[in-house]
Amino acid sequence: MTIDISRFAQTFFDEALEHLASMESLLLATNLNAPDPEDLNGIFRAAHSIKGGAATFGFSALAEITHILENQLDRVRKGIMPLRADMVDTFLETSDLLKGMVQTYQSGDEISPATTVDACSKLHALETGGTAAKGWHLQLVAPGISHERLAGLAVTLQGQGWRADPDFPRDHAFICSSQASAAELTAALGAILAPHEFVLRPFSMARAAPVPLQSRVADPGVHEKESGTRLFEARQSPGQLDLANDIAEEDESYGLFSPRGTLAAASFAASSAAEEDGPPVAAVPDGTRPPPGVPMPEAAILRTASASTESGSIRVSTEKVDDLMNLVGELVITQAMLSQLAGQLDPAINELLLNGIGQLERNTRELQEAAMSIRMMPISFVFNRFPRLVRDTASKLGKRVRLAMHGEQTELDRGLIEKLSDPLTHLVRNSLDHGIETAEVRRAKGKDEVGALTLRAFDQGGNVVIQVADDGAGLNRARILAKAQSQGMKVHDGMSDGEVWQLIFEPGFSTAETVTDVSGRGVGMDVVRRNIQAMGGRIDIETRTDIGTIITIRLPLTLAILEGMAVRVDGEVYVIPLAFIIESLQPSSNELRTVSGHGRVLAVREEYMPVVTLQHVFGGAPRACDKGLFVILEAELGKIALHVDELIGQYQVVIKSLETNFRKVDGLSGATIMGDGRVALIVDIESLVRIALGRTVSEAA
Amino acid sequence: MGKMVLTVDDSATMRQMVAFILKSAGYQVMEAADGENGLRASKAQQFDLVLTDQNMPGMDGLALIKALRALPQYETTPILMLTTETGETMKAQGRAAGATGWLVKPFDPQKLLDVVQKVVG
Repeated sequence: MTIDISRFAQTFFDEALEHLASMESLLLATNLNAPDPEDLNGIFRAAHSIKGGAATFGFSALAEITHILENQLDRVRKGIMPLRADMVDTFLETSDLLKGMVQTYQSGDEISPATTVDACSKLHALETGGTAAKGWHLQLVAPGISHERLAGLAVTLQGQGWRADPDFPRDHAFICSSQASAAELTAALGAILAPHEFVLRPFSMARAAPVPLQSRVADPGVHEKESGTRLFEARQSPGQLDLANDIAEEDESYGLFSPRGTLAAASFAASSAAEEDGPPVAAVPDGTRPPPGVPMPEAAILRTASASTESGSIRVSTEKVDDLMNLVGELVITQAMLSQLAGQLDPAINELLLNGIGQLERNTRELQEAAMSIRMMPISFVFNRFPRLVRDTASKLGKRVRLAMHGEQTELDRGLIEKLSDPLTHLVRNSLDHGIETAEVRRAKGKDEVGALTLRAFDQGGNVVIQVADDGAGLNRARILAKAQSQGMKVHDGMSDGEVWQLIFEPGFSTAETVTDVSGRGVGMDVVRRNIQAMGGRIDIETRTDIGTIITIRLPLTLAILEGMAVRVDGEVYVIPLAFIIESLQPSSNELRTVSGHGRVLAVREEYMPVVTLQHVFGGAPRACDKGLFVILEAELGKIALHVDELIGQYQVVIKSLETNFRKVDGLSGATIMGDGRVALIVDIESLVRIALGRTVSEAA
Repeated sequence: MGKMVLTVDDSATMRQMVAFILKSAGYQVMEAADGENGLRASKAQQFDLVLTDQNMPGMDGLALIKALRALPQYETTPILMLTTETGETMKAQGRAAGATGWLVKPFDPQKLLDVVQKVVG
């Protein structure tokens, strides 16, 4: 029977990447002075598992590097080699390399041998790297060394702090980490060995060349029966078993112990004895041998039990989930329609129908919530990359930074999680580059030399709030204003702080005095804001000189559903996202004024805001707006008073893309279908405010 | 019905492979991701063979074998270690814990079947 194992390669790739990710986070979290043994074990196990899988699937380069990595990690784990900062760096580098290799194998490409050699020698170099003692490598070369002498040698050398190489039985090799000179060691060895019987080499590049793993894996047991094996046995404590007599049969890839005492099943003893010389017995058809005394459990029980040992999750394509979301959206619309129609029925006659419709409404809402939760992912998927990024960036900038993360379990729509990664990376880099000062500057300011960067996520009334906070220098108002002026932006000294901070989100704005390769030329903050706004979110800055800066991003929980206020304007229904609405009011005529240069304005509690009509924005017959309702909206650029004819009510609407169904319209973010089947347009408040304010300014000019 | 085999390994790749190979030869296979789960599963039902990895988080392979051997119903059940280590120390430890034998990872699928057939038929 031939069994194709290549179908498991994908599982292996996934698993290897998971292992690498966990290795990285464990390495980053490790305290060099007092590493947690369980963490070290975890790191070792990750390398160990990858090695095993890689060898199984014949990914030899991957197997080779992980083999050496595993050996080094094993030494660290067992305390033979203390963990140093440069080792963590090398391990992290190796983990990056391995990640790339896994992806290369996944795409079916070849790995360049140079990469492998380079990575292997770097890992090997760790043994001698840094200030660690130079070691010695002793290789026994004479064939005729008796077991007794080897046993004696092992005991003597171990007493002197020597230890056997992990490959000792095969290599006949010892490693010494003492700083003794070659002459001293040769003298010590001379007492046991003749000069021609051994070779002593400095333990560094001697082993840096990678040992081809294939040969090791292919014949790991070939030398088992040679003298080295016995030597190992001789070193065992006297009470231990004599293994040679204990093994019933073995070859290079497996072995069976002889039955002993009650442990031996009679049938096993018989079968293994019978097969010792002959080929394996052909498979016995099922049923000819009765199963052991215990009745077979039901298949169903099996599956449940098996599932409980797994994490209990399944992988589903996002396409399927999106289809489900769409269908649920349609259902919500249909349900809304039914509810609206039912409202016109006589409750006395149609009691049962109305009960049913009420039930349908509850079920629909629950179904909708459940479907949405499928798309929800913890924000840790984005946050997880930052420990590494902060560490690398800070060391590149020569700054010391401590990263704290809170609320990683906060959930957010998967689509948003993916889009959040770039803007957040940009903000974090900016904080590290421009926010947090160098240790000297911080010391001079009387601050802790180690800067603090905090990533925080939490829920706040239907929104997810993400903050990037640093305790750095803060934004400099004067510098931003001067810079903006030199860039030809329209600024004046009377601008509020909030308006000044928003300037850094303008295209092409940068106050960095030197261009660094970390945050580049400062282009990008405008992209950050655009990305966040495209997700229906907003971004705010709070900053205090020398105390720090907090950048706050507010995002809707999901892209698919919106909490909105339906309003009527000229017989059409529009939906305004609730998050932007401050209040609605019916002003008296003396609160509406015309201010030269600003057109109509509405005075609300001593604050003046421009009056905007949708006709004004989208074009159409101008209308009188001296009477009627005004909805006060607050966007990043400022507040406006939007004139509407009627407030219809608050709804949860399912967002339909205008772009895919029609085309992109400035000032609108999408459309939805209301309960009565009519299409309502969803207003994009940020762009509405931008258009409206731009127009009032240009009209005034 | 085929014989019941439990495969204990923290690597899903390895578990799935073992399960696939054995299932294709008519065995029934259950998987467990570590020693504790393996032990729990073994108590819940009787297996004819247990295959276990050595290096796992929490309860490792040797500890699992010792725990299984302490149960009267697993006193004589074949237990094979799937291991990447082939040193004598490992063998001695495996023997002392009560393992029936070992199989070196990575293994050839046919080899796995041969060894499994040797111990359970």
